[in-house]
Amino acid sequence: VVASLRQHTNNQERQNFNLSFHAHRAGILDTVDAQKIAFLLRKAWTLYSVTPLFRFHRARLTEYARLLSAFIAAEKRKGLAVEVGVELDIKVALTSLADLRGSELDQAALLVQLSSRSQASSRNSEDKLVWSGWFCSMFGDDFSENVLEDFTCLPLFLSHGAESYTTLVGSWFQKTFDCCFRRLAISPLNLSWMVAMWAGCKLDRAASAVELVFSVPCLSQPLDISYAIHPEDAKALWDTVQKTPGEITQEEVDVFMDCLYAHFHRHFKIHLSATKLVKVSTAVASAHCDGIVKILHSQYLPGVLMLLTELAISQIQ
Amino acid sequence: MQRRQSSKAPRLSLQGHHKSQTDLSAWRKGGGIDSEKSLQNQQSVNDEKYDSQEGSLEQALSYLEKVQDCVALKKNSVLQKHLNAVESTALEQGLPPEGFEILLKVALSGKFADTVNTRLLKSLIPASVVPENSVVTAVSWLCVSKCSGNIQLLFLKWLITVFDFIDHKEQLHALYGFFFSFLQDEKMCPYVCHLLYLLTRKENVKPFRIRTLLDLQAKMGMQSHLQALLSLYKLFCPEQVTITLSGKMKSYFKNPEGPWKAAITAVRQRNQGTSPLSQAVFLGTSQPQSRKRKWNAQLVIPATSTNTNNLEEEGEKNSVYLYSTSRSFPVEQLQTFPQLLQNIHHLEFPSQMGSVLTNPLLLHYMNCVKDESIYLRLYYWMGQMLQEECTWCVVDKPHEEEFRSFLETIYKAECLLQEGFSACEEFLYKTLPLWDGVCCRSEILKLVSWIPLSSSSDIKSYLYDPLAQLFFTSSIYFKCSILESLKELLQNWLNCNVIQMDLEFSSLNTTLSGLVNVVAELVHFVGWISTVALRLENNSTFLMYFILDFYETVCDMYVKYNLPLLIMPPAGVFYPALLSMDSVNLNQLCYIMYRYRTNLVAAKENELNKKKILQFKFSNQTYQEYNKYIIAMVGCLWTSSAFQKDIHSQGLRMDDKLLSKTAVKEIKNSFNIVYHPALMGYSVQFLQQVSPDDTTLNFKLIKGKKWDWYLEYLYSQGLKGLKVFIESSISRVSQASRSKAGNVEA
Repeated sequence: VVASLRQHTNNQERQNFNLSFHAHRAGILDTVDAQKIAFLLRKAWTLYSVTPLFRFHRARLTEYARLLSAFIAAEKRKGLAVEVGVELDIKVALTSLADLRGSELDQAALLVQLSSRSQASSRNSEDKLVWSGWFCSMFGDDFSENVLEDFTCLPLFLSHGAESYTTLVGSWFQKTFDCCFRRLAISPLNLSWMVAMWAGCKLDRAASAVELVFSVPCLSQPLDISYAIHPEDAKALWDTVQKTPGEITQEEVDVFMDCLYAHFHRHFKIHLSATKLVKVSTAVASAHCDGIVKILHSQYLPGVLMLLTELAISQIQ
Repeated sequence: MQRRQSSKAPRLSLQGHHKSQTDLSAWRKGGGIDSEKSLQNQQSVNDEKYDSQEGSLEQALSYLEKVQDCVALKKNSVLQKHLNAVESTALEQGLPPEGFEILLKVALSGKFADTVNTRLLKSLIPASVVPENSVVTAVSWLCVSKCSGNIQLLFLKWLITVFDFIDHKEQLHALYGFFFSFLQDEKMCPYVCHLLYLLTRKENVKPFRIRTLLDLQAKMGMQSHLQALLSLYKLFCPEQVTITLSGKMKSYFKNPEGPWKAAITAVRQRNQGTSPLSQAVFLGTSQPQSRKRKWNAQLVIPATSTNTNNLEEEGEKNSVYLYSTSRSFPVEQLQTFPQLLQNIHHLEFPSQMGSVLTNPLLLHYMNCVKDESIYLRLYYWMGQMLQEECTWCVVDKPHEEEFRSFLETIYKAECLLQEGFSACEEFLYKTLPLWDGVCCRSEILKLVSWIPLSSSSDIKSYLYDPLAQLFFTSSIYFKCSILESLKELLQNWLNCNVIQMDLEFSSLNTTLSGLVNVVAELVHFVGWISTVALRLENNSTFLMYFILDFYETVCDMYVKYNLPLLIMPPAGVFYPALLSMDSVNLNQLCYIMYRYRTNLVAAKENELNKKKILQFKFSNQTYQEYNKYIIAMVGCLWTSSAFQKDIHSQGLRMDDKLLSKTAVKEIKNSFNIVYHPALMGYSVQFLQQVSPDDTTLNFKLIKGKKWDWYLEYLYSQGLKGLKVFIESSISRVSQASRSKAGNVEA
C-alpha cells in the first residue's frame, strides 16, 4: 500500500525576505555553450564519486576516445581482438566543457558520449546517442590544491543511460587512470539541506511544487509518504527561518524541517521525523537518496554541482 | 676422435660424475684423462653390450649423415640397427648437442619415409642443450618444405617442447617473420601461434602483423591460440590492439602432446638436473572472480596489467611510437625474483596500483622506489575499497568472508613492506568507534598493529578511546587479543624507529622526543587497561601472561631498541604478578625485572661515562620505582621480609600488630621461594625427592646446602627467569643473607 498524502502549507507565516543563495553564482555560465548546458539539464543523472585520475592528459582526448571505443568493442565481443582506431559500432566522443567549473583551480568538466552508428540507413543520418556521462569539479579547490602534479581532480561523475555502458566506461577509466568510482548516495541530512536551500531560491517562472517523499521504516510492506508544498509557501517559510542572507546553518535547516513536520503532524498526526527522507524535488532540482539527481534550472546548475562536488569529495577523503 | 669423445659425454653424465653441462665441457677441454680411464673400466661392459646389439650412436650418426638415397626401412637392416641405436641412446641418456643438427637435417630433408622421420624426431631428447644452429638449419629445411605436413607439425611440437633447452635464441628471433608466415597454414597455425607466443618481443609487434592476425581471426573465428597471441600483442602495444579474455579459459595452448616431455624429464632426473620445462602462460586475465559483482564494487583486487597510459607517453617522447622498441618490461611477465632484479630499471608499476597487494615482487619493487604518487594511488584505491566493503559500516551487508580476506591481504603486504598504509590507518580511525569487536576481529587487530606512529592526540581519541571501551566490555580472550596486538604495535614502532635512526641521525632531535612521548603514552595506556582488567578478571593467570608479555618489550626498550625510555609496570600489575599463584607469571616477572636492571645499569653507565652528551636521562623516579619493586621482590622471594620492608605506597607493608593477628607462626620466616604460593608445589616435590620417607613435609629443612639444591631444582624445572633474576639481583648478597637466613632458623 502506498499512501500518498498531499497537503499545502498555509500562508500564515509569510514574510518578505530577499534571499541570496550562497552557492548561486550567476554569470559563470554566461559564456558556456548554451546547448551543452541544456543537454545536462532535465535528465536523471546517477551520481558517482571518483578519486583523482592519474596521468590524465587533456591533450589526448581523441586518443582516449579511440582506446575507449576499442575497449568497449573488445568487451562486447569478449575473446575477439579489436584493432584500435578502426570504425566500430560504438563511437566515443570525449569533450572538455571548458567553462563548466567553479574557480581557476578546478579542472574543466569532461563529457563522455557514446553513440551507436546507424548501420542500415544512409550515412548522413546522425549517430544515435546511447549513453552519456560527465566528470566535473565545482569549487573543489581545497581538494585539488593538495594533490600531486600527476593527478587530475574531477571528483564528481554523473551518468545517464544504460548501466552496462556505465560499467564499461567506468572500468576503462579505472584501468587507465587508476581511479575509483563509487556510487554517491545522499543522506537524509543532506537531502534536507538541499530542500532548504532550493526552496529559498528565487525563480522567475511559475515554479512547480516543493515535494518531499518519506519512507516509513520497519514495515512489512513499503509505505511512502509524499508531502507537497506550494513553492511560495516553502520560500516564505524558509525566509522566516534564515537569519543571515547568503548563509545557511544546520540549525536553520533543522528549524525549517521541524516546521514542516509540525505542520504535517497537526493535520495527519504522523511524525515525519520518525521516517526517512528519500527524495526531494523543487523547481531548482530534484534529488533521490540513491544518488540520482535531476537539475532543472541552468541558473542554479553551479550551485547544485558545488554541493554535489562537496559530497563527492567528502566520500573520497 | 672428436665424435668419439662427444658420444662419451652423455654417458659420463649418466654416471653422475658431472652434474651439469659446464662440468662436462670442462672435462672435454681438459682432456679428462683420469676420469676417463677410471670410467672406462666400469663402462666397458656396458659399451660392449650396446655396440654389439644395436651399434653405437656415433656410427648411427655418421651413417645418417652420409646416406644419400632414399632407403626403405623394411629392407634395410643397417638403417634399422642405427635407428635403434639412436632411439635407445636418446631414451636412456638423451642426445648430445652435436647430434641434433644431423638428425634434424635427415628428418626434415625428406630422404626417408615418414615412419623413419617420425622415429628420428621422436628421439630428439636433449641430454643437455639443443644448439641454436641446429634449429636454424632445421627451419631452413622446413621452409623448402621437402617433408610432409605431419613431419612439419611434429617438428613444431618438438620445438615448442624443447624451447627452453635451446642454448641461444638470438638467431631464432631473427626468424620471427618466417615463423609468422607459417600462420597461414591452417594445421600449423595453433603450433606456430604457440611458438610465436614464446618468441614475441615488443619489437616484433607491428601493425601489419596485427592486421594479419585480425584477418585470421575473422576467417577462423574465436580460437584460443590466436587469443593468446593477440593478448600478448596487446600487452606490448595496447595502443594498437585490444582484446578482452573471459576468465573462464584455463589454458590457451594445448599441450603439444608428444613423446618428449616424459622422456626429457626421465633423462633429466637421471642426469640429476631439474627440468626447466613447462613455461607458465601469463595472460592478463589471471584473478578468477568468485562471483559476478558490480563493476565498481572494487573488492576484486585488480589483476596486474601494464599501464597503457604510460606506454603511450613513452611512445610520444620517441615520436615514432608505433615502431618504437623501448624496453619497458611488462609487469604481467614478471614472475620471478631474478627477473625483477634484471629488469628493475625498466619496470613500470601496473595500471592499477591496487594489484601490487597480491604481488610480492611488486611490493619489493615498491620498497625500492620512493615515489609519492605510488602511495597516493594506493591510498585512494584502498581507502575507497575499505569504506565500500566494510561489513559493519555498510548497511546492506557485503560478504564478510571476502572483506576478511581483503584485510588479511593488506596485513600481509604491510608485513612485507614493514610499514602501515595510511589509507588503512584512516579507515581504522574512522570505523573503530563503530566496530562491534566481533566482525573480522583477528584481521582488524592485526591491522591495528601496523598503525603508523603519529601525533599522540589522534591516537588517543581515535584508537585508545574506542579500544578501551571494547576492552572493558569484552571477554577475557578479547582482552588478551588487544594486548597482543598492542604489543605488536609497540614493536613495530620501535623497529621503525631503529631503522630511521640509522638513516637520519641528524634529525634525531626533533623526531626522538616526539617518539618518546608517543611510545610512553602507549605504555601508560596499556598499564592502565591492564590494571583495570586484572581486577575485572580476578587476576587471571592467562590475562597476566599477555600483560607481562607486553612488558617484556617495554623493559628492553633502551638496550634493544636504543630508545631512551623505560617505564615500570604500575603497582596494579606488579603486585598481582609478584603474588601470583602461578609460577609462569612469577617467572616472567623475574625475567622482566632482570631486564629492567640490565637496561637501567646500561643507562647509568652511559650517563657516568658522559662520552655522549645525553639529551635524555631517565628520571630518578624510574630508578626509585625500580628499587622499591626490587625491595618488595627480594623480600618476597628471599628474605621473608616483604611485609616489613616494602616501601611502595601501594605495597605489601603491614603493621607488626596486624601481622601478628594473622596468627601465622614465625612470620618473619614464612614468605620466600619455599613458601611462595606459586612455588610451593615445587618445594613439596623437592622435599619428596630429597627425603622420600619423611611424609611430614618439613619445609624448614630447606636451608643451608639444601637451599642451594632447592634453587638448582627450581632452575632445572625451567624457571629461567627466576634464575637470571636471583643471579643478578641477589647473588652478591646471597651468601650473607643465606647465612642470615640460616641464623634465624638455627
